[in-house]
Amino acid sequence: MRMDMSRIFTHIILLVLVVLWTLPTLGLLVSSVRDKDQLSVSGWWSALTTTERTDQARTGAADMQVQENGQFVIAGDLFDGDAAGRQIQFFGVTNNTFGDNKAGDTITLRDGTALTVNADGSYRWVSEEQFDTNRGQRVLYVAATPPRFTLENYEEVLESEGIGRSFINSFTVTIPATIIPILIAAFAAYALAWMQFPGRGVLVAVVVGLLVVPLQMSLIPILRLYNGVMPLFGAESKSYLGIWLAHTGFGLPLAIYLLRNYMASLPKEIMESARMDGASHFHIFTTMVLPLSFPALASFAIFQFLWVWNDLLVATVFLGNNDRQLVLTGRLRELIGSRGDNWEILTSGAFISIIVPLVVFFALQRYFVRGLLAGSVKGG
Amino acid sequence: MIAQILSATQTVILGVAACVIYFWGTNWVLDRLLGGANASVAHESRRAAIRPWVFLAPALFFLSLYLIYPVFATLWLSFFDAAGTEFVGFSNFLWALGDPNFQQSVFNNLLWLIVVPSCATAFGLVIAVMADKLWWGNIAKSLIFMPMAISFIGASVIWKFVYDYRSGDSEQIGILNAVIQGLGFEPQVWIQIPFWNNFFLMAILVWIQTGFAMVILSAALRGIPEETLEAARIDGANDVQIFFNIMVPQIFPTILVVWTTITILVLKVFDIVLAMTNGQWDTQVLANLMFDWMVRGVDFGRSSTIALVIMIAVLPIMIWNIRQANQEEGTR
Repeated sequence: MRMDMSRIFTHIILLVLVVLWTLPTLGLLVSSVRDKDQLSVSGWWSALTTTERTDQARTGAADMQVQENGQFVIAGDLFDGDAAGRQIQFFGVTNNTFGDNKAGDTITLRDGTALTVNADGSYRWVSEEQFDTNRGQRVLYVAATPPRFTLENYEEVLESEGIGRSFINSFTVTIPATIIPILIAAFAAYALAWMQFPGRGVLVAVVVGLLVVPLQMSLIPILRLYNGVMPLFGAESKSYLGIWLAHTGFGLPLAIYLLRNYMASLPKEIMESARMDGASHFHIFTTMVLPLSFPALASFAIFQFLWVWNDLLVATVFLGNNDRQLVLTGRLRELIGSRGDNWEILTSGAFISIIVPLVVFFALQRYFVRGLLAGSVKGG
Repeated sequence: MIAQILSATQTVILGVAACVIYFWGTNWVLDRLLGGANASVAHESRRAAIRPWVFLAPALFFLSLYLIYPVFATLWLSFFDAAGTEFVGFSNFLWALGDPNFQQSVFNNLLWLIVVPSCATAFGLVIAVMADKLWWGNIAKSLIFMPMAISFIGASVIWKFVYDYRSGDSEQIGILNAVIQGLGFEPQVWIQIPFWNNFFLMAILVWIQTGFAMVILSAALRGIPEETLEAARIDGANDVQIFFNIMVPQIFPTILVVWTTITILVLKVFDIVLAMTNGQWDTQVLANLMFDWMVRGVDFGRSSTIALVIMIAVLPIMIWNIRQANQEEGTR
């Protein structure tokens, strides 16, 4: 009995934690597909419910009147043909009284004219005398608004907010910056794992030390270097080439560390018998070690991909702030500044920026976890 | 745009080709120059001495240029003025000591260093222990791990929305304020309440890093021999006793590794503060202060000095890591 209680308790606690951890992201996703007018006035958790909203509209003015049976009539649609499923429940013309009249009722205005508003938004304003107003009558109403989901927000951020272009830019930065370090690191890792030479221990220690050097230390010297060197080759100091090389350098310690640990754990006998048979290191590396190391290569590739894709610091410092070079993280940062209150823009923009890493993550979680374990728990 | 995609593809091909040509070419040259198949013993040993460095050269070049040289250059620059041209002695350091923003950042960083690693590790450990007992534990772990894939800036947008505040009578659309209101309290502008707002920013990093701690600790927990746990149960230990007296001591080295890894991350993360408050309302941290002086203030001397302070904070962990690695190297 006591065991059962503790088991139920565990279920509940874990469930609460999981909900806490997923709700924020869920809120972002739900909000990004909501109608932007609904998003700004009601919480995303109420996205599925019909909400009652107070709004106002104006009827047509005197120029719309027609004469019918000796009366003057202005008729039209308060929703202007865009009801979107809204149903008027109450209406009125003053702030105090508009809750009193149900849709379909006819109310008499102060000047003796009669106004009828129906649930579908159509209205009829009738007068015995000719209308001479050049502004329509203001009508306040409470409308039941059904939930509305749309991809308009995504269309907007992709096209007019530049997220689409930044998406391409992010890929442009990420793919080369992921592939290039792998080969360089693989050779170095092999040397550190299986070759005997003086200074090997020191080099391993250096790589382990560099693992934790804060990027902040590298930015200014490299920035100054680029500013000085790039123009000599006729290139801009802020270029894709610069950021590819920078990410290669910054990613190498982890790459070498992960791959070396993995390669060092490969069975010694295989290497030794191959050496006995006269195979060179180069041959052993390319035909045996590299294929066998695939899981470690994949782990690092996922790491580097996620880290480069999600990086803001290196991109801000080494790339320009223009349409051609602004990556998703940088664009999102700009949107937070310029469109901070437009949650339909921020939520859909943020979702586009996190969808690629999420897909990579869920598809390749096994390799990612393996890499994490090899990277942080010492001992290969 | 097409040109850009082509150029990226070209770079991948060129980069890979350059690597292949380098490694294959140097190998060929090495084999040729120092004798062919029937090389003398002397040649053979000379080749064996050179070859590791051929394998290592490109990596060493990148490591030296992008990480080792900058460490010394930044140290050097911290003694120079904004443009990095005039020697100013220790004046950047004196400026930092007297600067209220710097002091605030150091204080906040200390808070971050205490709260984030401890909370993330504790949550991670508890979740790992609980998830391993339940049939849906793996799904739970996957979901809690998910924020690891999200960028700090994306996470900031997600949480800005959680903390959102609407003034007046309008309905709260941030879930935190909606809950607070539902419980009968006043909604707050969470990220503008000095001191406490730091904790709302830290929550974001805890949210991201708990998954990391959980995965590592979960693997370590599985390494505890089943007999040990079984013996404790037979002796009448309850779940809480087993947790504190057996599990935690058994995986303590791993807890340390997780703790230090998150500690280093905390020192480096600037995106969250940048996106949420940009250091306003007393939330500045060193990494963002450094970024601010580099990008907005364009003062290389001061930002180098701040970077150096971050580096010094990392140094003890770096030395400890190197020691550990050397020990392992020795036992191999």
